[in-house]
Amino acid sequence: MSDYLKKTDRYGKIWIWTAAFVVFMVPVIICVKYDAWPSITKVLEGLVGVAPIFWTVGIIEVITYTPMLGIGGTYLAFVTGNLTSLKAPSALTAMENAEVKSGTEEGEVISTIAIATSSIVTTLIIVIGVCVLTLIAPVLNSPTLAPAFDNILPALFGGLGVVYISKNWKLSIAPIVFMVALFLIVPSLAGSVGVLVPVGVIITLIAGRIMYKKGWI
Amino acid sequence: MDFSVNSTFLYGIAICVIIFVLAQSVFFLVRAYRRGKQLGMSTQKLRKTIISTSIFTIAPAISILVGLIALSKALGIPLPWIRMSVIGAITYEMPAAEAAVKAFGNTLADIITDPEVYAAIAWVMTLGIMPSIILPPILMKRINGGMLKIRQKDERWGDIFMTSLFLGMISAFLGVVFADIREGIEGWLPVFVLMVSAITMAVCGILIKKFKWKWLETYAMSFSILVALVFAVLIAPILGTVQ
Repeated sequence: MSDYLKKTDRYGKIWIWTAAFVVFMVPVIICVKYDAWPSITKVLEGLVGVAPIFWTVGIIEVITYTPMLGIGGTYLAFVTGNLTSLKAPSALTAMENAEVKSGTEEGEVISTIAIATSSIVTTLIIVIGVCVLTLIAPVLNSPTLAPAFDNILPALFGGLGVVYISKNWKLSIAPIVFMVALFLIVPSLAGSVGVLVPVGVIITLIAGRIMYKKGWI
Repeated sequence: MDFSVNSTFLYGIAICVIIFVLAQSVFFLVRAYRRGKQLGMSTQKLRKTIISTSIFTIAPAISILVGLIALSKALGIPLPWIRMSVIGAITYEMPAAEAAVKAFGNTLADIITDPEVYAAIAWVMTLGIMPSIILPPILMKRINGGMLKIRQKDERWGDIFMTSLFLGMISAFLGVVFADIREGIEGWLPVFVLMVSAITMAVCGILIKKFKWKWLETYAMSFSILVALVFAVLIAPILGTVQ
């Protein structure tokens, strides 16, 4: 590992642990300031409703996205959030455009630049949006625009899919056929798409290993 | 003490958190940019990455803002602002807020006036997402070590392994658009949007290759997203999905 990557790991750990502290302090400060301490039972009751799925997706996301995003990209993306809907696609698109491979130091640089840029732009758009919220809320909430905001992911993954599938079409067949069939048969799984990402990865890996051994790819 | 979901104090916390996130992003951006230069990457390539990513981010960022507005109806601006800027996503935050408020027998239909309920929501949102922030530093060494071993053993297989990660993720999000097609023609909207985005990207790819329109590389993905979203707005009334 290069000196740059070692330092990125060290700085990344400092930033992410600080972020964990900052995030944790938000509810603490609210409780202290308003002297409002909800009972542990109530918090646990709420947590039980979401933690099993959130924690599972969280573990899966860390294992799946870390090799893709690189060290700096991972530490940044997991702090700034919106991983699937923004950070991962922006990193993949940037690496593709810059013709660098994920897992190399050039890939690490481009992925980090993309995720950092994306975080800054998102933060600024939200800041501007919050400042002029009363003006823009009726427009953004209009039923006319709702189909656009409801379909960000298909719009994003359509373009991204073409890029990756056209370059790896043999490897793409098995996971896409499986996923389309799965969601057609069990539509209720749509809410758990994050959990199904590793299933897609495993199917691609099995298909890839067979094709690689047979010399098809 | 008087409580308001939009109090100056809560805005103050939000601003501190946002400054922290911006600082971290700028720190990593500057380091990566400098390293890119050291590695001999051209300024043009690095700037192109920044410009294309900035444009690419606009539509999804506005969608995040829409999520913030949705949450703000019950929670005010500051808490959703914090949550959508750090770790969060609307797909996590809304169910977390709903689960927490349900524990008190309330709903998110009205603005929260009880600080205890508000604090409980903040706790559930925070604790529900903690693994995503705690696990990367713990697992980083192991995951990277594993990837390095795979690459050292067989570089070609290492490349296929990495591509499989990408394709596994992409296939899940391509497959999910078919989940609602049994509901009738309106359930096809995500499929049509995906196809329009894919076709636009393919056309851009052809233009870049055949006509050497290299400049289009920077904007192709953003353009595909934009065309697909405009298509969604235009086609939704025809499919009967606009209320």
